[in-house]
Amino acid sequence: MSPIPDSDSFVLLRLGERRFAVAAGNIAELVAPSRIFRFPHRTKEIEGVILRRGRIVPVCDVAEKLIGKSLTSRRFYLIVQRRYAGQVEWIALPVTGDCELIFAEMMPAGETDMPHVAGWLSHDGDVIEVLNLAALTPGPTPALATPVPDLASAQEAHP
Amino acid sequence: MRLAAPPKTRPVRAEQIILFRVSGQLLAVSSASVQEVRSVDTLSGAAKDISLPSVRKVRQTVRRGENMLYVVNGALHFGLPASHAALVFIFRRTRTALLVDGIEKMTTMTRLQALPSAFCHEEQQWYRGLTALDQTVVPVVKPEGFLTPDELSLLDASLQPKEIAPANDGLAEASPIEAAPMNVGEDASFTQ
Repeated sequence: MSPIPDSDSFVLLRLGERRFAVAAGNIAELVAPSRIFRFPHRTKEIEGVILRRGRIVPVCDVAEKLIGKSLTSRRFYLIVQRRYAGQVEWIALPVTGDCELIFAEMMPAGETDMPHVAGWLSHDGDVIEVLNLAALTPGPTPALATPVPDLASAQEAHP
Repeated sequence: MRLAAPPKTRPVRAEQIILFRVSGQLLAVSSASVQEVRSVDTLSGAAKDISLPSVRKVRQTVRRGENMLYVVNGALHFGLPASHAALVFIFRRTRTALLVDGIEKMTTMTRLQALPSAFCHEEQQWYRGLTALDQTVVPVVKPEGFLTPDELSLLDASLQPKEIAPANDGLAEASPIEAAPMNVGEDASFTQ
């Protein structure tokens, strides 16, 4: 399960009519949609990549997994930090509305919750899932992952 | 919400790459890894057909010296629509040749970003990484990623024993193209 920082701050994101939360410590940026570059691959959850401040960031539409349908429109990309074995990388999640920073207390997920649920928040009369990015977005199985010490070296392979 | 400034870019050396297309898709390969570029027409006499249902992307073999090369259809390999291949790349230190639509240009890359870990299937074997050129992202292919060791074994087994290449990591250095920059079509070592 993705580690949740000690802080009680979360970012609420909107996918269609539903809202979900991500621990604020896992958020890098909220950016306007930009051109997606597509190339052949076999990871169906990934649409392509965007260029953001010199980095190449994969775009992962998590709506199908969370609300049962892909997004027909998108307003922003919420760029989150996804932890892999020994490294952190950025992933862009398309969202359909504004995001909101809130402070709340998280109830940990129960045994019967889906793997992508890290916990639950109560906010504005809604009960909101806190997302476990490691379970929600694709990545190598831990046994196959190669540890890399930091983001810079993880994301750059010089010729 | 902003993260700290991106990591400092370390000084890097430039690498010559060939930008080429397979079924319209723009890809790149290190020019140093390409031994020879030939027109498909020049292969027709030398190529032998091969049919292995489990490795459909290879339909032909070409003997070069004592080595047998497997000609990979790039469109089938990447799962792209079929296209008309005009050129074939013969890679150094592999037993692979690749059918491509054509060459876009030769250029230089100064930064290669590892393929993000979110790409977690065969593509990790296909690409060395991604590079950004003129605000476009181009995957840089890995020549040894076109055929897995298992696929090579299957292909070898499908050939007559006398046709199997001897154990040899290198290829006969016939008509090499240099890794140095060149304008496609203007260099004498570019075989058409």
